Formats: sequence, C-alpha cells, structure tokens
Amino acid sequence: MENNSFILQMKGITKEFPGVKALDDVNLSVKTGTIHAICGENGAGKSTLMKVLSGVYPYGTYDGEIIFGGQEMKFRNIKESEHAGIAIIHQELTMIPELSITENIFMGNEIIKHGMVDWAEEKRRTYEILKKVGLSINPDILIKHLGVGQQQLVEIAKALSKNVKLLILDEPTSALNEADSENLLDLMLDLKNKGITCIMISHKLNEIAAVSDAVTVIRDGHTVESYDVEAGKVDEDKIIKAMVGRSIENRYPEHKSNPGEVIFEVDDWCVEDPDVEGRMVCKNASFNVRAGEIVGFAGLMGAGRTELMRSIFGRNYGIYHKGTIKIKGREVKLTSVESAIKNGIAYVPEDRKNLGLNLLDSIRKTVVAANLDKITKKGLLDLNDEKKAAEEYRTSLKIKTSSVDRGVTTLSGGNQQKVVLSKWMFTEPDILILDEPTRGIDVGAKYEIYKLIHQLADEGKAVILVSSELPELLGMADRIYTIFEGTITGEIGSSEASQEGLMKRMTITSN
Amino acid sequence: MKYIKQVLGGDLRQYTMVLALGLLIIIFNIISGGRMLTSSNFQNLLSGNAYVLILALGMLMVIVIGQIDLSVGSVAGFAGMVMALVAKNYSIPWWAAVLVALAIGVLAGAWHGFFLSQLGIPGFITTLGGMMIFRGGVIWISRSISVPAPQELKWFGSGYLPEWGPSFTGMNNSTLLLGIIGIACYIFAQIKKHKHSGDATGVKDPVWALVVRIVLMSAIIGYFTWLFGSGRVGTSFPVPGLILLVLTIIYHIITQRTKFGRHVYAVGGNKAAAALSGVNVKRTYFLTMMNMSFLSAVAGILFVGRATAAGPADGTSWEMDAIASVFIGGAAVSGGVGTILATIVGGLVMAVLNNGLMLMGVGADRTQVIKGFVLLAAVAFDVYNKKSGKSSIIGRLFANK
Repeated sequence: MENNSFILQMKGITKEFPGVKALDDVNLSVKTGTIHAICGENGAGKSTLMKVLSGVYPYGTYDGEIIFGGQEMKFRNIKESEHAGIAIIHQELTMIPELSITENIFMGNEIIKHGMVDWAEEKRRTYEILKKVGLSINPDILIKHLGVGQQQLVEIAKALSKNVKLLILDEPTSALNEADSENLLDLMLDLKNKGITCIMISHKLNEIAAVSDAVTVIRDGHTVESYDVEAGKVDEDKIIKAMVGRSIENRYPEHKSNPGEVIFEVDDWCVEDPDVEGRMVCKNASFNVRAGEIVGFAGLMGAGRTELMRSIFGRNYGIYHKGTIKIKGREVKLTSVESAIKNGIAYVPEDRKNLGLNLLDSIRKTVVAANLDKITKKGLLDLNDEKKAAEEYRTSLKIKTSSVDRGVTTLSGGNQQKVVLSKWMFTEPDILILDEPTRGIDVGAKYEIYKLIHQLADEGKAVILVSSELPELLGMADRIYTIFEGTITGEIGSSEASQEGLMKRMTITSN
Repeated sequence: MKYIKQVLGGDLRQYTMVLALGLLIIIFNIISGGRMLTSSNFQNLLSGNAYVLILALGMLMVIVIGQIDLSVGSVAGFAGMVMALVAKNYSIPWWAAVLVALAIGVLAGAWHGFFLSQLGIPGFITTLGGMMIFRGGVIWISRSISVPAPQELKWFGSGYLPEWGPSFTGMNNSTLLLGIIGIACYIFAQIKKHKHSGDATGVKDPVWALVVRIVLMSAIIGYFTWLFGSGRVGTSFPVPGLILLVLTIIYHIITQRTKFGRHVYAVGGNKAAAALSGVNVKRTYFLTMMNMSFLSAVAGILFVGRATAAGPADGTSWEMDAIASVFIGGAAVSGGVGTILATIVGGLVMAVLNNGLMLMGVGADRTQVIKGFVLLAAVAFDVYNKKSGKSSIIGRLFANK
C-alpha cells in the first residue's frame, strides 16, 4: 500500500518510565480523511501514545518514528506538533472561563492591526468558525456561561481556526449528555467530509460503531488489533474481547437484589442556586431508598442531579430552603459534610480530579482522609493502621500500583476512582451516593466497579447511582427516578423502564 | 548508591537542603579559619535566630493552606511591647505579663482568621492590614520609646541551662542529658519504625541500614551535644534553642500525626475536595491564622527577653525571613506542600548564611543581596525540578539505573 494514503504512521513506539514500560513497540497507521478509533483499558497506554504524538514527551525521550504527512516528525513540544497541524482536544477542557469565546479562540493567535487587537475581525471570524461546528451563539459570551458540550465545541472550533489536519479527541463525550454526544459525533462525520482526519479515543463502543472507519485496540502498552471497519458494522464484542483479553458476556454483572426496609428518605427538598438569586435548583424533591437497594437517578446534564445530591450531603451546595431527611426513620439535620458523614452518608463526586481527590496526596493518605477518627489513637494518627487500611483496599479492589505511598496522580482514571471509592468505604456508610462513578473509565474497570456496587448493596447499604448513561442505569438500578430542571418527574422500576421511556421523562415535565 | 539510598530511606529530595546546610557550615568554617564551628558561635547563632525559626513554624502551616501572613513581625512587636508596658506600669508579675502577650497574639490571630474564614478576604490583604495596624499600634502605645522588660525574661531570650552533677564529663550536664535523650528517642523511633516496616508489604528494611542510620545520626547529635555543651563554664545549649526544639517537635507531630494537620494539607491541596471529605475549611483557616499570631507573640517575647527591652521597631521585616525560610525549605507557593522539618532546615540555611558572612566580615548590605539570591536559587531549583518531573540532582545520583 502506498505510504501517502496514510496521514499518520507511528512505528515501533516505545516509551519507558522509571520501572514501567508504558508503550512497547506500538504501531498506529491512520488513513487520510478517516475517523480512527483507539480503545483500550485504563492505563493501556492510549494517552501516553497521544502525548508522544503531540510532543508532550519530546523527541528523544521515546523510541520509534512518527511519520506525518509523508515526513518524519521530531516534535520537541506541543507548539511544533500544532504547527504541523495536529490538535488534541483533551478530556479536561483547557479554556479560560473568565474570557469570551472570541478571546479563547484567538488566545495566542490574536489578529493584530496597528499594534492593537482587531476585535471586529476576530469576532467576525469566530462567528464563522462557530458556524462550522454548528454553534450559533454570540461570540462575546464568557466560556463559564457555556455548558460542557458547548465548551467542547468551542475547543474544536479553536483547533479548526488553526488549520488542523489531524484532530485528536480524547474521550470527547465522557462529560456530555446524550444529545450533545450525538451532536458531536455528527460534527465529526461532517469534519471528515471536509477532509479532516480524526483520532477518537473512546470507551463508548456504540459511538465507535457509529462513526469510526478503523479501530486500533491497545492493551498493556501493545497494539493488540488494528483493522478497518465498514460503517455501522463494528463488532462490539470483538473490541471488548481485544481490550480486556477476555470476553465479557454481559456488560453488567448478574445480581439478585434483596431490598430491605426504607432507610433513607428525603422529603420536599428545596434548594436555591447560590449564584442566581431566586432560581431553584431543587424543587420539592422527594425520594426514598431501601437498604440493599440500588436506586438510579437519570437526568440530563444540568438537570440538578448533582446539586440535589450535594445539597443533601451536608448542604455542600446551594442555599437550603426546606425539606427533611430521615435516616432509618429518624429525622436528621445535616448542616455540614462532617455531620452527613457521621450519619452514615458517603458521596462520591462526579468530578474526580477537582472534587474527589487531593492530587498532592499519596494513595494511603487519600484512603483515610474522610475518616481520620478511625485511625486516631489518643489524639495521634496511627500511620501503621493507615498503611494497613490502604493495603487492604489495594488488594480487595485490585488497585494497580507498586506502592500505596505513591501519589494518586500516578494512577490511571479507573484506579483513581477505586481509591476514591476506598476512601468512602472506609467511612463505613449506610447510604452511598455515587455520582457518575464510571465516567471516563474503561469497560474492564467499569465491570469491576459494578460488581463492587452490587457487593455494597448486598451488605445492606442503600446505594444511589447518578448516571448519564441510561444503559448503565437500566443494567444496574432496581428503581430509577428521573429528574428534570430540579424536579423529580418520575419513578419507575427498572424492569418496566426503557431508554425511550426514561428520556421522555428527563426532557418533559410530567405534569 | 543503592546502599546510601537504603540508609536514608525513600525520599532523597528532602536531603538536598540538609546537604546544602552541611556544606555551608563546613565551607564557612574553613574560610573563617575555624570560627564557625565553635561553642560560643553556635550558641549565639541559635539564640539569635530562634525567634525567626519559631515564626517559620507557623508560617509553614499558613503557606500550606495556601495563604500568607505579612503581619507576624508587627504582631510580635506589638505583643512584646504590651508585655513590657503592663509589667512596668501595673507592676504585675512577669509571668502574668507573658500571659497578656500570648493572649494578644491569640486575639490578633482570631482577628485575621475571622476576616479570612468568615468573610473570605485573602490572607495577603487581611494580614497586610494587620501589619499596618499592629506596627502603628506599637509606635502609638510606646510613643516611639523603648521600654525595659522584666529581668526574668532574659533567661528565655538568651539564657543557658543549669550546671549540675559531676564535672568529669567535661561539659554542661544539662546539654549532655539533652543529647542522650535525643539519641535515645531517635533509636527508639527507628526501631519501632523498623518493626512495622514489613507489616503491609512483607519486606523488612535491612537491619544493617538501620544500624548505619542510627550510628550516623547518633554521631551528628553527639557532635552537636559536645559543641554546645563544651563552651565556657555557665554556657550550654541555649534556652531559646530548647524552646524552639520543643515547639518544632510539637508542630512536627501536629502537622504529620494529627487530624488537624491532615486537614491543613487537605485544604491547601484541594479546598473543594477537602470540604467534600468532611473537613471544616473555615475552621482550618481560622485556627491556622490564630496559631500563627500566637507563635508571633512567642517570638516577640523571646526577642524582648534577649534585648532586655521592647523597642518600637521590633519585628520589622521578620515576616520576610520567616517566609523565606519556608520557601527555601521547599514549600509550594500554591499550597499543600511543605514540612516543618524542611522549614527548620531552610531557616537554618538562612541563619548560617547570615552568621558565616558576618564572620567573614561581609557587611549587612551585601549579606542581604546574597540572601536574596539564595532564596531565588532555592525556589527556582525546586520549581525546575517539579516542572521537568525530575528529582533533585542528589535524587538523580541515587536513581537506580
């Protein structure tokens, strides 16, 4: 095959970190004008590969060669790869929230006229670029006022403004709701028609099936499989098998639930938005959870799911108006997170890096962070107990690390999430609120977390599962509440529920 | 190299500054013709810098929570002045005056802590205000005149431990006892640590490493015991040094081994995540600021004791020395990182620099310039290492390649 039909060829890429071989002889060939999906488990080496490609790890720190547009590239930094026409849209968005869309798009590339920024021209061009990504909004709007989905589109628009030839999207839909995800996938197809090549790193097999022309699977730093696919004919099971090295018959483990008494009741819960006066983020929300029951909360991004959970968790969010919480039939006033924890509630936040973890901490310190009293003896922390606890969870949750003394940043996303879960299991809660516990986590680790959730339910804990992924809710929950604009719009047993039925309640108020 | 690593234990980064400190002492000793490593010089060095190091203990915690306190010098001066004035004008016993000064410190800290934790005004602004208020306050209440301090305080500021027991030891026996206690505590802690080293992983540290570690540390403590104890009769390890030592141990334990200490690091590392883990962020802010001003008062009292009078300019720019010590000790400007022990080492580097340059006859002007460069170099070195993701030069030497 002619080499020039490939826009990118990475040959024999090997990258070592002290003590670990992150990539071992990885090959990747991407044809011009295609959408190429890369999948693999957490820590398989996908992100490392992309960092090599974009020059985050400069030439010389890895072995192998990169051929882009027919020439060998030796990128020393991100600027050089950008200049060559490679742009990465990261999982974490990298725009400045206090600046406008225009300012962000032209950040570092300002149009200068007579020594001053030509705002009129910048705005005009921004407007045009935004149209290309299907956004028709005022370019003066500040980034912080946009939803996550729109922010992502602006990031893509920014890449387009730099004449990008190869666009790399790192888990582009992990933070998006269904509608925004579909919108983004459509945009990718549209860009493909315009001749822009895309690499998509994704865990979502249905998305890969929908748009990709070729799939490369990486496992443990090796290329496992790489093949072209005909549109719409991706064999999902084949990918899963390649990713985990085993076949997953069922993406959700078998579980027989055995709900007991109602142990957690929230009644008539009303909370006001702390930023917008008079706007209620929770309106008369009432729900209950039984011991040993997994209750799902379905709602679109911004529907108020997280706000509801965080306001319950010791009024961590919003201005409390009214409402009562009963735990095991007894009314409790939870005015601080500390009191919520003491009353047996645990909350695993959706934003792992900003809310779930102190990224400076080691694994062992993180595990005990929410229940220091448990390892305190005569006023002093017992560091041996701390280590023992950390090692226990490392074994039981299969946290992949060489030592619990290592920093949490050295872990992959799935393992970080396991550490966060350990931290909350260590508080011995009766009620566990899990807010998007499997976001940005690969199929294999998801399965393990699902099993863990089942195990927690079997131990008689009440589990609240907030998720954007409807199949996940249908596969895991015993009962599902739908929420729309701060109001609980429905309650449905998961055996009677369907994706369409749920979506209907998540978008239209039932009354 | 692997063997040295095993002796020192995992993290070699922290030894960079210790090594720098050791080299500084040796180099200055050679240049000054042996005047650095003498009993009287080290006694002076310690009692003359104890107050700044005490401030650095509190400043470390303030910087770890991601704040800064500019008021410490002014609060120290104010507390010292109030103490001297009440002792002189109301003829109350000296210890009551000391309690008044400590109370002033606690109140000043509560004032700063209130604005930071309840109103959310950054510590920089809150304490900049405090710096002006308390500096103005000192000058106001003293009418710009020095006030003599109670004689009893001299012992705290520059006194020595008592002489007792047999004389065949050839040194001050209080100092000797202190040294022996120090070595005993170290051995006890090391053995206890060694016992538990295999608990979780099943792999114990080698015994020879433990022995080498103990011998090495005992030699160092022993040497300094001799250095401090063998001076002129009547001198010993200085009292302010002992106060500093006790406070260092207390604050080391607070930061490393208590719930509050963990909360300090948690708030500095990620405030939102800390709040969601049940940490009372406001209370942590408040207590840390209050503690800082309390230690400022302690430092002010020691200084007044040493100077035998409280002056209107006492404490001027002490905050800068304290902040510099913390950063030379490797704390992060963004918060969340830094330790008490490293801060003490950082403070000692500054103190030894001051002292060594003075012995060499370098003027205060040029000393200031050199200290400025050292601060920049130390922090730049740290930032560079963090940025490139490498360990320090020392760490690289020891890397298992």
